[in-house]
Amino acid sequence: MTGTLRLDGIRIRIAGRELLSLSATIGPGEVLTVMGPSGSGKSTLLAFIAGTLGPPFEAQGSVVLGTRTLDRSPPERRRIGILFQDDLLFPHLSVGGNLAFAIPPDIRERAERRARVEAALTEAGLEGFSDRDPATLSGGQRARVSALRVILSQPEALLLDEPFSKLDAALRDQFRNFVFGEVRRNRLPTVLVTHDPADAAAAGGQLVAIARA
Amino acid sequence: MFRFAPAATILLVLGPVAAGLAGTVLPAFGYLPALGGTALSLDPWRVLAGTPGLDRSVAVALIVGLSTTALSLAVVLAISAASYGTVAFAFARRTLSPLLAVPHVAVALGLAFVMAPSGLAFRIFATFTGWPDRPPDLLIVNDPWGLSLCAGLSLKEIPFLFLMLLAALPQTDADRSLAVARSLGYGRVAAWLKVVVPRLYPQMRLPVLAVLAYSVSAVDVALVLGPTTPPLLAVRIVQWMSDPDLALRFVAAAGAVLQAVLVVVALAAWRLGELALSYLARDWLIGGTRRAGDAAIRGFAAVTGAAMLVVLPLAAYSLVAWSFADFWTYPQAAPAAWTLRNWTGEGARVGHLLANSLLVALLASALSLVLAVGWLENDVRRGREYAGSAALWIVYVPLVAPQIAYLPGIQILLVRAALDETLAAVVLVHVVYVLPYVFLSLSDPWRTFDARYRLAAAGLGASPDRFLFRIRLPMLLRALLTAFALGVAVSIGQYVATALVAGAHWPTITTEAIALSAGGNRRIVAIYALLQSAIPFVGFFLALAIPAIVFRNRRALRGAG
Repeated sequence: MTGTLRLDGIRIRIAGRELLSLSATIGPGEVLTVMGPSGSGKSTLLAFIAGTLGPPFEAQGSVVLGTRTLDRSPPERRRIGILFQDDLLFPHLSVGGNLAFAIPPDIRERAERRARVEAALTEAGLEGFSDRDPATLSGGQRARVSALRVILSQPEALLLDEPFSKLDAALRDQFRNFVFGEVRRNRLPTVLVTHDPADAAAAGGQLVAIARA
Repeated sequence: MFRFAPAATILLVLGPVAAGLAGTVLPAFGYLPALGGTALSLDPWRVLAGTPGLDRSVAVALIVGLSTTALSLAVVLAISAASYGTVAFAFARRTLSPLLAVPHVAVALGLAFVMAPSGLAFRIFATFTGWPDRPPDLLIVNDPWGLSLCAGLSLKEIPFLFLMLLAALPQTDADRSLAVARSLGYGRVAAWLKVVVPRLYPQMRLPVLAVLAYSVSAVDVALVLGPTTPPLLAVRIVQWMSDPDLALRFVAAAGAVLQAVLVVVALAAWRLGELALSYLARDWLIGGTRRAGDAAIRGFAAVTGAAMLVVLPLAAYSLVAWSFADFWTYPQAAPAAWTLRNWTGEGARVGHLLANSLLVALLASALSLVLAVGWLENDVRRGREYAGSAALWIVYVPLVAPQIAYLPGIQILLVRAALDETLAAVVLVHVVYVLPYVFLSLSDPWRTFDARYRLAAAGLGASPDRFLFRIRLPMLLRALLTAFALGVAVSIGQYVATALVAGAHWPTITTEAIALSAGGNRRIVAIYALLQSAIPFVGFFLALAIPAIVFRNRRALRGAG
């Protein structure tokens, strides 16, 4: 039951200087790729969509997800998941703990929560990893857990902040396929920012290039 | 709820300081209705000026303060100049930081045990040379010029400044600057002095000024090691404050104002010294000399470093040996017989004092920790990643403003409100000193916490509260416990704040150690000095052990920081 993500006349400025302006409509399961060099404000755009952009940035424009206008929602109510360059697994929780943290609270039953964790791990080829310390996993495994964590939170849209850039070439393809597979399966409107043309090609959706501001 | 944390912190830290200053200044000019002072007058000042030996109390305090600060800074800079990047530097780093946990009073007592005419130093000397065959009649401890006081204060301030130097180093790009300077032909010491120190010192200035303010007005260490005929101004203020003759409260208040002026004078003198040095150094910095008295500075570093390496273990040994000594005559360097009786005899009293000390320390540290977390979290939620420099200045006020200048005022106000000698009053006064350290200790880990965790958690639907309690605080467990342990250590070390506010009602290990030190029963004094040091060590040990146990299966949180 995901909808369309609409970015309506977004303009972000810093100290009066325009950083970027953008309008786009992203359907369920589609990926909008935003390309630009570092320092061009790509991550700023994601922060705006996620609702975490603060001073010194000034932003206008509207984010609409399905039928909800998100402009006044705090980040945690937007149901927009985000994946960063680093996996950002919480180091004090086990792999299973990280995943359970993401499962919405309305799923109360402990057994049901655990079953979802196990099912997600199995699906990602990480069976039996639930009690492991995230620090003992390989980079590729950690990346997958971090993607599973986002999916388990049942987001209605997804933001990708160069999540493939730190993995080496072989892993990168594998993980990219994994993430885009999840995007399509869960029909998530997705915004990907990257400076790697291969990412854009793999995403296969609309492409926006922004210049260095 | 977090919104109120900064205001509450400012109120709890600056409120007592401001109220105390007011409560000091008014009586200093004769206004204290409770004691019959209803009109402003200069009488307290006349009495103060007529006090015998006042000029000396003031002058020696100034000299001790300035020389302690200069000596401690010189030792720290010389040791780092001579040893940065070597095994010796790593050794200094490892050995000096535990020393930070030992309270001032315990260090002072240990030093007195070593340096006194019948102390360990003379005993060892006499054991080898047969001379002197009886303790010499020398005034070493409590010498009139405050030399032993300066030594005792420096023993504590050197580790403190060294730690501050370590904290400031990463911001100075020391390694690369040194590499460049040395490739240009500058010697190790010259390179350090010319390219690192000019960037390092501004980062260390605030702690240095705190050391100066503290050394000019220290009461606890001065009671153990300082001059007695006459005592330093700060000590005399405490004596006047505790005198049964209430009229002396007016003199004490005037003295406290004078003490505040004294600190300002010392800070101004230091600033002048800074300006003079930087003026003199201008040409020298770019004059091209590749050596900078290398041998002399290395020699100074080696001598002072070696002195600390000898004196500190001897002091620790003295305290332990005396606490278990049965029969121990001069000039033997070890007791002839050992006993547990000293300890068992004090058991009942110790239990009561320990309970008091811990109760105050735990409450003050817990309150401080809650406020510090509240302030830092509020900043995050307001979109400020880190408390601005305003916050830092506010928490530094109690560190630089001399306690003895406003504690008399606090005591006078508490007596008027009939709140003196209550547990709440003692705890709140401790918070004034505990909170700054807790805040400073916690703010760095808080600031360096990867902000993206918060964004990732929000993306998973976690509310700010859920993120705080489930993610941020558990991940910062070690930092929280370290800040808490530091708070306990600071609280345990408080003498004046406890003595003036708690009076006889809440005696602690520290007030008792000082009270007993005048009596001269070394066996009992040693017990209190050891207990006083033990509490902070247990605290810091737990701050390391608890995260190690809780996170035994979490590699990323086990080793770090």
